[in-house]
Amino acid sequence: MLKILYFAALRERMGRNEEDVDAPANVATVADLIVHLRDRDPAGAAAFAQPSLVRAAVNQEFSNLHSAIRDGDEIAFFPPVTGG
Amino acid sequence: MATIRVQPEAFDVGREIAALTANRIDIGGIGCFVGIVRGTADQDRLAALTLEHYPAMTERSLAGIASTAEARWQLLGCTVIHRVGRLVPGEPIVLVVTASAHREPALAATAFLIDWLKTKAPFWKAEESTDGTTRWVEARAEDDAAAARWDEA
Repeated sequence: MLKILYFAALRERMGRNEEDVDAPANVATVADLIVHLRDRDPAGAAAFAQPSLVRAAVNQEFSNLHSAIRDGDEIAFFPPVTGG
Repeated sequence: MATIRVQPEAFDVGREIAALTANRIDIGGIGCFVGIVRGTADQDRLAALTLEHYPAMTERSLAGIASTAEARWQLLGCTVIHRVGRLVPGEPIVLVVTASAHREPALAATAFLIDWLKTKAPFWKAEESTDGTTRWVEARAEDDAAAARWDEA
């Protein structure tokens, strides 16, 4: 099971703050998870329509598309940050 | 060890500087940056900004940025405060204070901290305009460039 969090515009497009996802066995990286969520439902398709505008964190550390994910990980998806 | 706070409440710049300098005589200079919510976003009138963040990650990522600064410059103190929630134009939004024996490390570290914070900490701004519409602020290439200049040095 993966815990997935969404922030800012991605949260709005997904219509939820977080969810637990039982991803298929072939989901091994952040990129695999994006494809899985994008193909799962229309909300996912909208949220991940522009992968270049999606950033991710694995277990509260910024990650990239190739970062490995494991059962029990917390994965967050969000747009490029705009603090300060 | 830097002081890092993420809070909805306003901060008092004088009090934060006093806290860094209290009971010590080795500090020769303070660098300080205060970010303020600016009232004009493009042509629209800005009613408010709402800051969203990733609570489990935010303080950790700010602490990581601060320790990078402490490793790079000889600092005698460092405070970073970032506000979250709804803020109206004119309100302070972010504070960076650094202390060092001489001005150069404090000034450079302050510029570095605000540049990195804008591109490497999990905050997102939504702009509420006076006509009632809300939109997410998009990341600016200028901010990425400002952060990247510290990679070269």
